[in-house]
Amino acid sequence: MNIPAELKYTKDHEWVKIEGDTATVGITDFAQGELGDIVYVEVETLDETLDKEEVFGTVEAVKTVSDLFLPLSGEIIEFNEALEDAPESVNSDPYGEGWMIKIKMSDASEVNGLMSAEDYKALIGA
Amino acid sequence: MKNTALTSTHIDLGAKMVPYAGYQMPVSYDGVNIEHETVRNGVGVFDVSHMGEFLIEGPKALELIQKVSSNDASKLTVGKAQYSYLPNEKGGIVDDLIVYRVKDETYLLVVNAANIEKDWNHISKYNTEVGAEMRNISDGFSLLAIQGPKAVEAMQSLTSVDLSKIKFYNFEVADFAGIEYVIISATGYTGSGGFEIYCKNSEVQQIWDKVFEAGADFGIKPIGLAARDTLRLEMGYCLYGNDINEDTSPLEAGLGWITKFTKEFVNSENLLKEKENGVKNKLVAFELDDRGIPRQGYDIVDNDGQAIGTVTSGTMSPSLNKGIGMGYVPADRSQVGTKINIQIRKKAVPATIVKLPFYKV
Repeated sequence: MNIPAELKYTKDHEWVKIEGDTATVGITDFAQGELGDIVYVEVETLDETLDKEEVFGTVEAVKTVSDLFLPLSGEIIEFNEALEDAPESVNSDPYGEGWMIKIKMSDASEVNGLMSAEDYKALIGA
Repeated sequence: MKNTALTSTHIDLGAKMVPYAGYQMPVSYDGVNIEHETVRNGVGVFDVSHMGEFLIEGPKALELIQKVSSNDASKLTVGKAQYSYLPNEKGGIVDDLIVYRVKDETYLLVVNAANIEKDWNHISKYNTEVGAEMRNISDGFSLLAIQGPKAVEAMQSLTSVDLSKIKFYNFEVADFAGIEYVIISATGYTGSGGFEIYCKNSEVQQIWDKVFEAGADFGIKPIGLAARDTLRLEMGYCLYGNDINEDTSPLEAGLGWITKFTKEFVNSENLLKEKENGVKNKLVAFELDDRGIPRQGYDIVDNDGQAIGTVTSGTMSPSLNKGIGMGYVPADRSQVGTKINIQIRKKAVPATIVKLPFYKV
């Protein structure tokens, strides 16, 4: 199970990479494995400002659909449009080409509420 | 939670296991898309030992089967099987099943895992007046489905029977993979051809191993329940619990072809009336015109946003790479080519009613 140490995590199995006031968000290796073959990532909240834990999109696997929850409050400034043609990147490279959105954070202190790689590892029992 | 005789084999293969109908079952091994493709173009093996098996025997066997099932079992000769269903008393369906005539007075009924106890009780209720011999052999028997266009060629070395000569919905009781007697049945739930092998639990590991040895040169793979669902849905085969249940009319579900009014059976009078009066709704197949995936329970809506029906099964078709599904709509809006919409979260995604199968093998 790949859980990069430099990233932050949520209980909803998302990863967050902080760069200045921008946060890049995707789903974890564990999450993509649980979902199976991902066929569709839908994000219709581009340019919207949402609160932490609001639904910003959905990820559809062949068997299931899951909501995507915003890990940090802020404006969704970018969606990884490459996923429209290659949603399978979320399976093959969840922390790289499979990234989903970038957020302009509205409250950087919320980062303290995210989980470390160690905590996340404990959560999934890896 | 029950196991099949092969559960530890699946775990060793790295399968993702899920609870299904009271059994711990493999949902996928390598991923649903590659498994789906393997069955469509090559050969794959499913452990579907969770399915239930009843033997109905003796001079009264046929009478009982004719009473509880919708199809005409008197048409079966030894070595033939038929698809059928058990109607309930209120217009719905207890289960769908396959009836095999194994000997003159021995029939094998293969039922859905989730319904084993319910079906047994239902059939037993009618048997009190008929008096056939009934045996539930589900716990002692295993079932492997070896499916795909390469199944015949890949498995031929394992048996003395000429597999290419077994016609669809026919079967042989013969030797296979070193076991003296198994049922080799030219049936399946994928639309891609192949066999189902019924054997004892004590025999299934040997058969599994030899099947993989014989199939190695053909790229044989184990296939999970997720691909079983996408494969059956591309064919438009009903799944009990999704497309048919205790409350769905078999006639609305398109099962009129296995509803034989040439005999009397449970609720046949009412079903005949329903047929003569015309059904209210119909189970239709649809493809999405835009991106999206229909799921069980989503509303089917008209252009004014009014709900006209419900999706009973839906998925992303791996073969067609588009969203496909089935659902009930009013009969007067069920014609092929009719435009409908599927309510996917906040969006009404346009869809078109199409003819089955979705995918022509």
